[in-house]
Order: sequence, then structure tokens, then C-alpha cells
Amino acid sequence: MTEVGRARRRKEDARLLSGRTQWTDNLRQPGMLHVMFLRSPMAHARITRVDVSAALGLPGVVAAYSGQDFAAEQGSLPCAWPVTDNVVIPEHPPMATSEVRYVGEAVACVVATDRYRAADALEAIEVDYEPLPAVLDMNEALTPDSPKVHEAGNQAYSMQMTVGDIDAAFRDAPVVIDRTYVQQRLIPSAMEPRAVLANTDGDSFTLWSSTQIPHILRVMLAVVTGIPEHKIRVVAPDVGGGFGSKLQVTAEEVLCLLIAKRLGKAVKWVESRSEGNLTVHHGRDQIQHIQLAAEADGRIRGLKVDLLADMGAYLMLITPGIPLLGAQMFNAIYKMDAYEFGCTGVFTTKMPTDAYRGAGRPEATYGIERMMDELAAELRLDPLEVRRRNWIRHEEFPYTTISGLTYDSGNYEAATDKALALFGYDKLRAEQADRRDRGDPVQLGIGVSTFTEMCGLAPSRGLGAANFGAGGWEHGSVRMLPTGKVEVITGSSPHGQGHVTAWSQIVADSLGVPFEDVTVLHGDTAISHKGMDTYGSRSLTVGGIAVLRACDKVKDKARKLAAHLLECSPDDLDFADGVFKVRGTESQKSIQELAFAAFLAHDLPEGVEARLDSDATFDPENFSFPHGTHLCAMEVDTETGMAKIRSYVAVDDIGKVVNPLIVEGQIHGGIAQGIAQALFEEAVYDADGNLLTTTMADYLLPSAADLPEFVTDRTETPATSNPLGVKGVGEAGTIASTPAVVNAIVDALRPHGVHDVQMPCTPERIWRALA
Amino acid sequence: MPRITVTVDGVKYEEDVEPRLLLVHLLRERLGKTGTPVGCDTSNCGACTVMLDGKSAKSCTVLAVQADGCDVVTIEGLGSNGSMHPMQQAFHEEHALQCGYCTPGMVMAAIDLLRDTPDPSEDAIREGLEGNLCRCTGYCNIVRAVRRGAQEMGQAVRTQ
Ligand code: FES
Ligand code: FES
Repeated sequence: MTEVGRARRRKEDARLLSGRTQWTDNLRQPGMLHVMFLRSPMAHARITRVDVSAALGLPGVVAAYSGQDFAAEQGSLPCAWPVTDNVVIPEHPPMATSEVRYVGEAVACVVATDRYRAADALEAIEVDYEPLPAVLDMNEALTPDSPKVHEAGNQAYSMQMTVGDIDAAFRDAPVVIDRTYVQQRLIPSAMEPRAVLANTDGDSFTLWSSTQIPHILRVMLAVVTGIPEHKIRVVAPDVGGGFGSKLQVTAEEVLCLLIAKRLGKAVKWVESRSEGNLTVHHGRDQIQHIQLAAEADGRIRGLKVDLLADMGAYLMLITPGIPLLGAQMFNAIYKMDAYEFGCTGVFTTKMPTDAYRGAGRPEATYGIERMMDELAAELRLDPLEVRRRNWIRHEEFPYTTISGLTYDSGNYEAATDKALALFGYDKLRAEQADRRDRGDPVQLGIGVSTFTEMCGLAPSRGLGAANFGAGGWEHGSVRMLPTGKVEVITGSSPHGQGHVTAWSQIVADSLGVPFEDVTVLHGDTAISHKGMDTYGSRSLTVGGIAVLRACDKVKDKARKLAAHLLECSPDDLDFADGVFKVRGTESQKSIQELAFAAFLAHDLPEGVEARLDSDATFDPENFSFPHGTHLCAMEVDTETGMAKIRSYVAVDDIGKVVNPLIVEGQIHGGIAQGIAQALFEEAVYDADGNLLTTTMADYLLPSAADLPEFVTDRTETPATSNPLGVKGVGEAGTIASTPAVVNAIVDALRPHGVHDVQMPCTPERIWRALA
Repeated sequence: MPRITVTVDGVKYEEDVEPRLLLVHLLRERLGKTGTPVGCDTSNCGACTVMLDGKSAKSCTVLAVQADGCDVVTIEGLGSNGSMHPMQQAFHEEHALQCGYCTPGMVMAAIDLLRDTPDPSEDAIREGLEGNLCRCTGYCNIVRAVRRGAQEMGQAVRTQ
């Protein structure tokens, strides 16, 4: 039985289940001090005075600093994605020196012997502000009279692309649907708050951080602080979830490094949740104006998308690129003659936005999947029928879409048929009709989402064309140890995804060694020298394949050694189940024997080194395009506005599967986050720019009681862009589920004249939509 | 500074503590019991859940002085002789954890839930775990794990 495809229980679990964890906050270094930051209570203000002197006299306080104290060395936090020629990238000092632009921006800090003393001392710091006007509304921000967030104005960038004759598509179109949707601002809310520990031996530095990107962080810290790259080691120890929020180079990481440098001591900073809600980058926040022109039979002629995207106060690591990750996704699985996409990035005095699970693709998928339902309603067609008339048929793959992506494979028919059967679609439609006829106060709605997405962020060439400031490759290395065990090092940086288990399965099959004999190391730049880290559902499709390639190279070396020891030609050897056999004879060498022979090196052939190891980078030729059909049945009480998910079915096609258990977990968690956007979550700022949802009491993360059981299944159309035929899965559930839920709510209420409910669809909002 | 006596995972400690010290910080910072993590500052997430005299409690919401004379069991004290508690095993079998940050609290809360309801329905599990948030799993596998854990703990009780 092959390991790939098997529902292996995770190797990661035992440690995590018994509290033997290495969260950054668990780590200590000798003489370690604690850092706490004082943060701006103003959305926009000039800093006129910072006085830390009273803090310095307090017990346990070792140091206190204002932004001016770091002005000479703190640099500017990086934006690695200058998306257009007209993009404005403002200076972004890690600690504000003269002006604050969002509530929560760091203005001072204290360093103390423990966190209670540090918290006391923060209260003794005095800061005077001269208030400046907050800028909160994107449309107002773009008017000529608006106060400015930055000197250069409130537009961060604008871009537009048009494919095909968009005017012709809309001219005399029998049907035109015109809608505006708002993607509310979200707070990613990984369960582990951020934490940073920095230490120095006086010459070089180690930074432990709850990050998704140790490798990228190392490069960026060197660039920002001027500390040479080879003097910085970054470690991502156990990391408690990320969802894009830890794909960032943060002020706190830079400042802890600089404080450690200045004091020559280890310093730790641990975020409180309320601090995190203010200062971990937010997600989404777009206004989408979408127009769709169609024939009378429902076939799409053209699609126009115009986005306003809230950048917040600064451009962080990939802030401006996030909405553009949706630029080629609004056309989704549908064929059309013309497409236009425009986006304007807008500065406001709020926390910057950046990657959050799906990053640009959930927004696009929501837009188009809501529009398809509107089109169906307009034409009085079943929403699935409208989709069928427009989607790419399975025999048409590979298919180059209107926006220029080439989808390598897919089978939307198969996924949909399977989902319909699991869901009991016809029966639920009959019940819906019955409830409508009876005038039941509790109406039933059925929501459809036939999504695809582009993920597995790579290839490097494509990312370069988009001006993305990094490559899309991944690195892996594989070493046979003298005793025949295998050590794998991956450039991916897992934080819950189960790479240790999945990579073990891939390696076990490739080298023919037991699953238990493989260990996987990651997340420490001293061990894993090269990597592009974990985000964009890229780890398996890029990083997993890099490990596979490294295995291939190890086998090539082993074959040469085996041929030498068995006195035959390498071509006479067959490799199976970890054993090289001379074809037609009984002579053989196992890969473990060869590992030991390489270690001894007593009898190596010419040109073969004393090691059985190798490494590889993999850079795929294309993105990965998972797809699927999600169906949601929603009961909506028209008297109270209460909406309850009655059933949820997801059939996803992510190609070949390495570990079905892990895949199902990713889908479950993804669906939950997408539902959370549809029903519960919203970061709310008041009219002065204060965040009102600073705690988990105000920002509603769903609990088990708020969510139903999900029914999940798969179809399997292998990707052709990698040798395992796998596609990314980390974001699919989140991308698919939000429109499925909102479509279901709107479907329930359509007879009441409702054609939209703003997310999160709270009972109050549903009730008001009905009024 | 008040002196307290507290037993944690079977070991007795005597500590001088500031009155404002939270139990979770006593555990983590003073006693090195970092198995119990902190996920929020408003008693919402449940990551810090421990057993306090046999009942689950959010250790971020208890002052160390309130635990004076108490018996505390953390995730590190579950299981015996190097083998996992049936609930930990059930979480492993059902893939009920991803990043694992919510897991210690979730396991403790699940065990506590079964004290009152040894054979809970899916709905009872969902209601019972309402005070523990998980951002990774979408809860389906946690619910399955608690059902499995309940069955196995039921078995264990019956065979004793
Ligand atoms: S840490 Fe969140 S409830 Fe205790
Ligand atoms: S497993 Fe990550 S928060 Fe629950």
C-alpha cells in the first residue's frame, strides 16, 4: 500500500496534545527582559511630545524608548509588492516618530524585568498629540477636499485592464445586472497571539517569532535594519495558526531586534488579544462595483469589475497586491467575450490590510457567485442552470480564460453532480416551494457556489511579471542518515497544516522507507537555509514537490553506488520498495545499506561523494486551480431575522490527495472561516477611527455551537502542473463558502423582494432587509 | 506578598505571589507549566482551561491567590504512565487539532463536559464547548473526537 493517499494520523499531534509545545511565548533566554508597547489612542495625530522619563524610575524598568530613539536605525517596514508604476509607498517607521495614522500604532515602549512591571511602566509614559482629521470612508477619501493620510494623497494606486470588446458586450445586451457589494473588514484571529523573542551574543542575532515566513523575514530584517543577513537567524517555533496574518514583517519584530541590539540582552514581546485585534493586519475591506451583461438565455457576454480597496494607513508586505490576486478570478469558471477589471487602492487611517485566508480570491469569488445568482433570478432560471450554461466543460481543458490564466484541469460537472446528490437538491427545492406556498414564516434558502481559485503561489516567472518582490520556488533537502533513517528539511513553514506527516508520506513512497523512519525539520533558518515559506496554499504543490525532487536525486546517487557495489551497470537495476535489484538476479542492496555504505565510504566509485543526500528547488510552470461545488441550505425566520444553517455540502476537487484526513481538516476549517465572514465577523471602526471590536467579546468568532456539521466529499481531477497531480487546499473552503451562505439567505428571502443582505448577515440586518 | 500552596499536576508548590497575579501566569511564568497557553484577555477563548479541584476553569480568569489550597490539573498532567488520556487519544484519531493552540483547553473542557453528560449528543457537545474557540478545525472533528472520547471513557468505566 502506498503512503500517499493514506489517512495517516499526524506525527505532530502527540506533542501538541500533551502540552510539550514550543510557542514563542513559552521560550526563555537567560536574563530575558519583557517589552511592551504604548500605542496611539488617536486615528490620526501629530506627536508633539513623548516623555518616557517617569517610566524609567519605576521598579524593574530597564529602558524606555520613544520613536525618536530609533529614528536613525529603524528603517521603514517593507512593501514587497509595488503593483503598478503609479503606486505610492509611504515611509512606514516601525515606531511612529512624528505622526500616527491609525489607532494602535506604536509610539513608545518599555523594557522591564517582567510583564507586570512593564505594564505598570507604560502608564507613566506621557505623549502629547495634536489631533488631525481621521480618514475612514474610501469614497470620501478620494474626493479632492478630503483630509490626507499621507502627503502624496489618499490614492495608493490605480490599475485597469480590459480584455475583449467590453463596450460591444454591454451594448444592447438583453440583460445587464449592476450590483455593489461590500467586503467587510475582517480580523484574521489566529488563536496564538503574535510573540517575538530576540537575543544576541553581541555579534549575531536570533529572532524567534510566531511567523509563517522565517526565511522571508530574515532577508527583510537584514534589509530594514542593516544588520547583515548572515548575522541573523530566524526561528518559527510552534506557530498557532496564521491564515495570512503572520505573513508579515512587523514593527514588533524589527523593534525587538533593535532593542536586543541596543541592550545586548534577550527581549520578549507577547501580544495581548486586544492589542492584536488593533495591530495584526486586517483582511478584505473592498467595495466592489460589478456589472454583468448576458444574453437572454443566460450566457455571459461581458463582466466589468471596479474595486475600491482599503489599504489602511500604510502598505505592508503585500498589501497593495491582495485585491489584485482577484483580478483574474472574477471571471472564475465561466466563459465570456469581454472582461474589464479596475482597482483603486485607498489609504485610510485604519490598520493596514494584507493577506487573510484566500487573499483577493474570496472577494472575487463572492462577487461573481453572487452575480450568477442575481442573473439566475433575473432570468427565472435555476442558479445551477445558469452556471452550467456558462462554465468551462470538462472536455475543454486545458482552457485559457478571458483574464489570461490557463486552467490545466477541472471537472465542474462531476463535482456538481456529486454535491447535488449528497445535498438532496431536488428534495430541498421542493421543500422550499412548499414553504413558500404555505407562507411559512421560516423560509428555506439554497445557496450555490461553484468556485475555482488560483493558488500554490508560484511560478517565479509569473510572480515577476506581476512585480511581486519574491520568487515562487520552494526548496527541500533529503538526507539518508548512516542508520538508514531519513531527515527531510523543507523550506515550507507549517503552522498547523501537518507538513511533517504529509512530507513523511511522500518520502516514504519515493525512497521506499517506512513512514516512521522519516523526520521533517523546518522553520529555522539555521537548519533550513533556503525557503519561501507557507502561504497561498503553496506548500504541497511547490514545497512537497521540491522534497520529491530531492528524493529523486538521492535515488540517482544511490543507484550509482548500488551499481558499483553490485558490479553492474546502473541501467541493470530496478528500484522498488527501497531496494535496488539487479534485473533477473537475486543480488540487491537496500537504500539503508547504501546509506551506511556511503557513510563508511570504504568503497565508493569514482566521482561519488561520501553522502547519500541531496536537495532541490521546484518552481512549477503554473498555478494550481482547485475547484468545487458548495451547497448551503439555510433556514431564515422572516419574523426575527434569525438565520440557521440547516445543511452544508462541499465537494472539492483538489486533484490527487496525499492525506485525506488533513485535506478534510483544511476544508472544514476553511468553510468555517468563510461562513464566519458571511454571518458573524466584522472589524468596526467608529466615526473617530477607534476600533470597536478589540476583543473576542466584540469580534464574533464562531464557536462550535454556531456552526453545523459539514458534509464533505471529493472528486479527483489531477493537476498537470506537478508530478503528484496535487492542487492547493488551504484556502479553498474559505473562498467557496462565503457566497454559498449569502446566496442561501438571499434565496430564502427573494419572494420578499430582497436581493441582497450586507455581510455579516446578522439577524438585525436580515430583519431590516425584510422591513 | 501572600503565600499560597497549590498542587499542580500532582506536585505541591509554595509560592509568594502578587495579589494580582493570574493563575495562568503562575503556571506559565513561575512554574514553567507552559502547556497551558493564553489566547485572549477577555475570558472568551478557553485556551487556558485547566481543572481546578476537578472542575474546568479558565486559568486567565482566576487569580493565583484564589487557587490557594487547590488542586490544579493541566494538559501536562493528563494521561498516565506515558500514555495519553482517552480524550487526547481521541483528538489524535479524529484529527481534531491542526495548529494545536486551542487543544489543551479544548481537551480539558471536553473532559469536564463528560462529567455531567457522559454520553453527549452532537448538539450537547457543541453547546458544551461554546466557551472554547478554535480557528483551525471548523469544530467537526473536535465534535467527533469528543464523541469517540466519551465512548472510550465509557468503556473504560465499564471495564473497571
Ligand atoms: S486565555 Fe482566553 S479564556 Fe483564558
Ligand atoms: S487547532 Fe488551531 S486553534 Fe484549534
